[in-house]
Amino acid sequence: MHHSLESKLHYLQSFQAVELSPNHETELPLHAIRKEAVEKFSSLPFPTTKDEEWRYTNISPLLAKSFKPADSIPEIPEKFLDEYLFDTGNFITLVFVNGYFAKEFSNIENLPDGIIIETISEAIKNHPELVLEGFSKTASEENIFTALNTALSDHGTFLYVAKNKSIEKPIQILYINEADNIAVSPRNLFFVNENADVKIIETYTGFGEQTYFTNQVSEFIVKESARVEHVRIQDEQSNAYHVSTLYAEIDKAGNFSSYNINFGGQFVRNNVQAKFNGELAECRLNGLYVTEGNQFIDNHTAIDHAQPNCLSNELYKGILDDTSRAVFNGKVFVREDAQKTNAYQQNKNILLSNEALVNTKPQLEIFADDVKCSHGATVGQLDKEQLFYLKARGINEAEAKAILIYAFASDVVHAISITEVRDHLEALLAKKLLEEK
Amino acid sequence: MIQIKNLHANIDGREILKGINLTVNKGEVHAIMGPNGSGKSTLAQVIAGREDYEVTQGEILFNGKNLLELAPEERACEGIFLAFQYPVEIPGVSNTTFLKNALNSIRKYNGEEELDAMEFLTLVKKKMALVELSDDLLRRSVNEGFSGGEKKRNEIFQMAVLQPKLAILDETDSGLDIDALRIVASGVTKLKSPENATVVVTHYQRLLNYIIPDFVHVLYNGKIIKSGDKSLAFELEEKGYDWVIEEAAELV
Repeated sequence: MHHSLESKLHYLQSFQAVELSPNHETELPLHAIRKEAVEKFSSLPFPTTKDEEWRYTNISPLLAKSFKPADSIPEIPEKFLDEYLFDTGNFITLVFVNGYFAKEFSNIENLPDGIIIETISEAIKNHPELVLEGFSKTASEENIFTALNTALSDHGTFLYVAKNKSIEKPIQILYINEADNIAVSPRNLFFVNENADVKIIETYTGFGEQTYFTNQVSEFIVKESARVEHVRIQDEQSNAYHVSTLYAEIDKAGNFSSYNINFGGQFVRNNVQAKFNGELAECRLNGLYVTEGNQFIDNHTAIDHAQPNCLSNELYKGILDDTSRAVFNGKVFVREDAQKTNAYQQNKNILLSNEALVNTKPQLEIFADDVKCSHGATVGQLDKEQLFYLKARGINEAEAKAILIYAFASDVVHAISITEVRDHLEALLAKKLLEEK
Repeated sequence: MIQIKNLHANIDGREILKGINLTVNKGEVHAIMGPNGSGKSTLAQVIAGREDYEVTQGEILFNGKNLLELAPEERACEGIFLAFQYPVEIPGVSNTTFLKNALNSIRKYNGEEELDAMEFLTLVKKKMALVELSDDLLRRSVNEGFSGGEKKRNEIFQMAVLQPKLAILDETDSGLDIDALRIVASGVTKLKSPENATVVVTHYQRLLNYIIPDFVHVLYNGKIIKSGDKSLAFELEEKGYDWVIEEAAELV
C-alpha cells in the first residue's frame, strides 16, 4: 500500500515535470485528454493479486522501484542497431532512444502517397484533427497502466493510412532504452482507413547495466476492409520491466493479424484487447513467450465478438526454462447478436525444467447459439522419442532441443508474411536457446 | 569394427539382454533373427544409446572406443546408424533442415568442413535417387504423414547421406510391400562397401533374399543361441525357430 502511494506520487511529479517543460504546449487539445488521464491515474488503485485479472501477477517489485523519465539520449552500440533494425532500404523506419525520436537512425523520407507517419508529438501539431479522431478512442483509461501511459505519453508514433492505399514497405518502429532506471511511455496510434493495407513491426529492446520500465500502449483502428499485419517483438533486457497494452477495433470485413513475440524482460505484462465493430471481420492473435532464469511473462488477451459473422483465431505458445513463470489468460466473448461466430483459441506450453511454472486460463463466454468455438490449453515437455531420434542422427542435445523448440514455436510465426522478420525471429530464438548461460 | 562382449541390459529392472557376444568386421553383413520378444530390438537400441536401457554388465567396443561411455549423438558421429523400426514423426522440422543439421554435426565432429546449402543440396539429389524419394518428401516435416514405406525409405535415404560405418537396420522390412522392400534392399546393397558393415535385425527371412548376409545369428531370450551362414536363414524360414531353441536347451 505504502509502495503504491509513493510510486504514484513519484509518477505525478514526473507528469508535472513534463507539463512544465518548455516544449510542452499546454493549450494543445491532447492536453485535456492527458489531464483527464492523470486524474484517472490518481484515483485508480494499483492492482493486487486479489484482483482476478492480476491473480498470478504481483506488481509490488515494480512499484518498489523508482524510475524517472529519461532526460538524455545515450550513444547506441552499432552492433545493437544491426541486430534489431531491419534494412532501412526495405522498411519505413522509426527509431526511438529512451523515448526520444532518433532521426539519424530513422527513415521516413520519400514516403509513398497516402500515408502519414510521424512522431505523435509532431502529428498533434501538424494533423490535430486526425490524431484526435483516434487518440484514446479504443484505449480504456480504466486500466491504470493505460491511464499512466496517456498521462505521460509525448513519445510514440502516429500512422495514418488513407483509403485504398496499400503500403508495400513494412514499417518498423524500434524502441531502444538505456537501462538506467528510466521509465518510458511510448504511445502509438495506427489509423488504417477503408480498404488500406499495411504491415507494422514494433520492437522493444534495451541495453546497459541497470533496469528500466517500459509502459507502452498501441491503438489500432482498422476501418472497413482494411488489412493490418502487426508483429510485436519484445526483447527487452533481462532485468527490465515491461507493461504493454494493445487495443484494436476492427470494422466490417477488416483483417487484423497480430503476432506478439516475447523473449526479454524480468517482469512482463501484455494486454491485448480486440473488438469487432462490424461483420465479416477477421482477427488473428498469435503469441510466443520464451522464458528462462527467473523471468515472468503474463499475457492477457480478450477478443470481443460484438458483431455476427466474424472469425477469430488465437494461438499462444510458451517455452519455459529454469524457474521462470508465465501466465496466459485468454477471453473470448461472443455477444448475443454475434451469430455465425467462429472463434478458436489455443494455449500450448512446454516446460523445459521441473521448476518452471505456467498458469493458463482460456475462457469462452458465449451468449449466442449459432456459433463455432473451441478453446484449450496444454502443458507438456519435449518429446523424448523425437529427441532421441535427432541425437541418434548425430545432433547434440542442445541443438536437438533447439530444433524441437523451434518446430513447436514455428506455427505461431509461420504466417508472418515478411521473410526478413521471420528470419530475425528465428535468429533471436536460436540466440536465446543456444547462448551460453 | 564392433565387438560386443557379455552384454547385459535391463529395462525397468527387467533383464532383456543376458550376455550377448558378437563381433562384426568391416565389409560384413550380419543378420540377427529370432522370435518376437527375444531382445533383437533392444540390442539395436542399446548400441544406438537409448537411455531407457541400463547396461549392467559387459562392454561394446567400436573401432577400439568404449561405446557405452558415449552419448547417442557421439555414437552417431563415430559412425553408428540405427534405421528405426518406428521412425519418429517430427512436425515442424523439415527433412532437409534435419538432415543438413545431422550431416554437418557429424562432419564437424570428425574435423571436416561443414557443407553449405548448395553442396548439401547436390549431395541430397544424388542420394534421393537411390531410394526413389520425391523432392516433395524432402520439403515436408520429418516423417509427418509419410506412409509406412516412405518412412522406411527415408531411413535408408538418411543412411545414404550420412554414410555410417555401421548400419543397424531394425525390422526395416516390417510393414513393407514387395516393391518398397525391393527399393529399400537395393538401396542398402548399393551402400555396401568393404569399409562399412551392416547388421540386419529381422523376424523374417524375406529381406535376406535381397540383402545377402555373411552371418546369421539367432537371438533367443536375450542370448545368441546359434550362428551360421546364410543357409541358416533359409532353414529358419522353412522350419521355424523351435528346433534351434530345443537344440540350445539340450546343450545347457
